[in-house]
Amino acid sequence: MAVLGLYNYWVFALLLMIGLYVVISRENLVKKLIGLSIFQSAVFLLYISMDKVDGGTAPILRADAENQLYSNPLPQVLILTAIVVGIATLALGLAIAVRINEAYGTIEEDELLEMDRE
Amino acid sequence: MSMPAASHLPVLPVIVPLLTAPLVVLLRERGLAWAATLAASACTFAMAVNLVGLVRAGGPLSYELGGWPAPYGIELAVDAFSALLLLIVTGASTVALLAARTSLEREIPAARQHLFYTAWLLALAGLIGIVVAGDAFNIFVFLEISSLATYILVAGGPRRQALPAVFKYLMMGTIGATFYLIGVGLVYMMTGTLNLADMAVRIREVTEVKPVLIAGGFITVGLALKAAVFPLHGWLPNAYRFAPHAATAFIAACSTKVALYVLVRFDFVVFRGNLPGSIEQFSVHVLPLAVAAIVLGSAIAVFERDLKRLLAWSSIAQVGYILLAVSLVSVTGLTAGVTHMFSHALAKGALFLAVACLAMTFADLSVEGLAGAARRMPITMAGFVAAGLSLIGVPGTVGFVSKWYLVLGALELGPRGALLIAPALASSLLAAVYIWRVVEAAWFLPGDADERRQEAPWWMLAVLWAAVLLNVYFGFRPGVPLELADSAAYVLLGLAGPES
Repeated sequence: MAVLGLYNYWVFALLLMIGLYVVISRENLVKKLIGLSIFQSAVFLLYISMDKVDGGTAPILRADAENQLYSNPLPQVLILTAIVVGIATLALGLAIAVRINEAYGTIEEDELLEMDRE
Repeated sequence: MSMPAASHLPVLPVIVPLLTAPLVVLLRERGLAWAATLAASACTFAMAVNLVGLVRAGGPLSYELGGWPAPYGIELAVDAFSALLLLIVTGASTVALLAARTSLEREIPAARQHLFYTAWLLALAGLIGIVVAGDAFNIFVFLEISSLATYILVAGGPRRQALPAVFKYLMMGTIGATFYLIGVGLVYMMTGTLNLADMAVRIREVTEVKPVLIAGGFITVGLALKAAVFPLHGWLPNAYRFAPHAATAFIAACSTKVALYVLVRFDFVVFRGNLPGSIEQFSVHVLPLAVAAIVLGSAIAVFERDLKRLLAWSSIAQVGYILLAVSLVSVTGLTAGVTHMFSHALAKGALFLAVACLAMTFADLSVEGLAGAARRMPITMAGFVAAGLSLIGVPGTVGFVSKWYLVLGALELGPRGALLIAPALASSLLAAVYIWRVVEAAWFLPGDADERRQEAPWWMLAVLWAAVLLNVYFGFRPGVPLELADSAAYVLLGLAGPES
């Protein structure tokens, strides 16, 4: 049961591997970027899972609640920053894909390699 | 500088380029944009020199961002190791910018130049931020600021091949950064802190070390991707080749070293001595890769046709040298590794500046394409050869100093160490071979019918030769970098400090 109780972390590992596999196995640059996004999202799940304290609630201080247990807010703040970084990376990656399409007329990696060889 | 400003010195080198960047977007006029970028970069260099002085006089500096004390607040920490890296980063940026104007004028459309300089400033701010940050998460944020900006610099290259090259760089760089983020998350999970110094203390109290060991693996592999450690170097040759020449000089001089800096700092300060078995694992895994990088990087460079790719493969070998020295895990070894960061930055920076000069006359930068270059550009080629000698490690150049310490460090290990010297020397010989290939083409091959002398503009030559002379100067007077590297080695090994 302990193993199943950690299912958040299993999903994290699974998403991470799915993302990495897509990045490695696909030739299409946009599909690669989708894989990269899945790969990064997995880490979001890792951070969000770790901040949960059993029985803890949202970390908002209230005068009427004494001895209230709170979840740790720091990993959420960290991952918010990482999400912004992820968005910037994805935007830049897509912009480069657009430029590649303008310059080569394709976004298939094998065709790009072929075109640069000649 | 007034007193309050002086007390904020550790944070100012990050703030100045970060605030100048939006200003440069608004300036639009490319001459002004260049001048503002250069001014900001020179300003950070002056601050770096100042910080080096402060650290040498009074030891490490700590700065509490916003007045919140560590470990809860964000701490900026400048010790000898970060001060030396700060000098490398700001110096490389300033020198490359001095020569960049004319070179970039040819490579970047006039309407986009101010945006290119903006990306340059952001890359600079990010690299400086990594070096001064005292906590693991800010290092991640600055790592990504510098990486995203560097992708833009590389994508600014005039040939379309720059685009697939930068796409590959973006993919591998992001995977590296994400691995680092996973590692930091796991360490945070077990220790509850992000401050590097605090982490080192709290890891000792962790009873279940397996997640921390796994974190160590993620962090090391992630940063190795960013630092182009063999066999994770795939992005580097084409990124260096197709980036604008001035940007290559800047990136090649400092960006892989900054990733190595974080890698070494994490593995030594945080994990070593606190995590059972971590440093043995580090040596066992890194040393063979370092040796492979040293031998294969140089061997491939010997057969490479394109000059910029040739120098890029040589960079992969030099990263191997740094790691080999570091994985000796001794004071001499670490001193050698840190000094080699400095000497390789000087040598490779000067070589790529020479490439930028060559590109002013030669459209084709393949080795054969440079036939007769010594007759058309004698001053540039003389500079190239002098910087090449520093890369090979000829006595009298800064390259010799760090390789000498590497040999000393290896010999401390006894007969086993002697085995490590063999690949290092073989690689230096191979370096002599690939630099000779360029010399042969430039001096002895018949060039085109066009033999007119056509040098690069005098200020580019002046900057190139200033960089070359620095290689020689530090070859004879390596005092300051060696002293900083030596104190860095003591800090990394957790020893009391060099006794004088």
